[in-house]
Amino acid sequence: MNVNIRVNGKVESVNSPKTLYDLLNDKALNPERVVVEVNNSIIKRDQFKEYTLQDGDSLEILRFVGGG
Amino acid sequence: MDDQLIIGGKVIRSRLITGSGKYRDDSIIRNVLEAAGCDVITVALRRIDFDRPDESILNYIPEGKILLPNTSGARNAQEAVRIARLAQAMGCGNWIKIEVINDSKYLLPDNSETVIATEILAKEGFVVLPYMCPDLASARRMVDAGAAAVMPLGAPIGSNRGLQTRELLEILIDEIDVPVIVDAGIGCPSHAAMAMEMGADAVLLNTAIAASDDPVSMARAFKLAIEAGRLAFLAGMAGQSRVAVASSPLTGFLES
Repeated sequence: MNVNIRVNGKVESVNSPKTLYDLLNDKALNPERVVVEVNNSIIKRDQFKEYTLQDGDSLEILRFVGGG
Repeated sequence: MDDQLIIGGKVIRSRLITGSGKYRDDSIIRNVLEAAGCDVITVALRRIDFDRPDESILNYIPEGKILLPNTSGARNAQEAVRIARLAQAMGCGNWIKIEVINDSKYLLPDNSETVIATEILAKEGFVVLPYMCPDLASARRMVDAGAAAVMPLGAPIGSNRGLQTRELLEILIDEIDVPVIVDAGIGCPSHAAMAMEMGADAVLLNTAIAASDDPVSMARAFKLAIEAGRLAFLAGMAGQSRVAVASSPLTGFLES
């Protein structure tokens, strides 16, 4: 079964159940180097493995970049 | 000599704070920081672009530096608070440079929204350094709201035009009790030296180093200029006069 989620503005269909941690792994992202908001709430890093993506979730995945 | 800069309870050895943006090659940042002797470096928070994934800037910043994330992209206090909380969730400390901008041509900060964000974030325990237009009333409000320092601009971001706001900066330096860090507009080491001679506590710059031909050498040039300016300020500069004041004795001349 799949669920539709929105990641940084783009809709994606992902296998369910899938945790946030698994999604980051799929995208080859180091969990230590990103922050994630789901539906405007910050998910703490130690919750990545516990958070199961739900149909309709809207994610913002961010990282630090160069800036002044 | 005991001349310490303390921000948010931390002793900051270098009065040069640098940004990490605009480098042609981020791998040079480590050498720039070493040449500049910086303790504090700014970063920005952005969405990951999955079409063009790149390495985290953190991979290029040595351990032990104080990270100063900015809230660039925020157009009001609410957005700045959101970005600050996200930056804190990265787990790299609780310093934040508040940057609230809703003017895309001059990138001038919105002081009143910045005051609101300062108050909220200071209450949450952030070490808040607001980027601001050098206005005394606003600076006082930021201090009252809990700012750990104020960061007035010398000229618009990236303009490299130096201390165009000089008179107003001098007023802030005179009146504000928290550290005054001149941020933005500093284009060359002499600008930085002038800010320090005026009594600024530190300077923050990015473009002037990152967009130079040789960022490592430029970082060292800024380090020296800032140290020179600070030393001159502490030494107490001699007064100015509109007419000449002879340096050699005016007596004992040879008879003609």
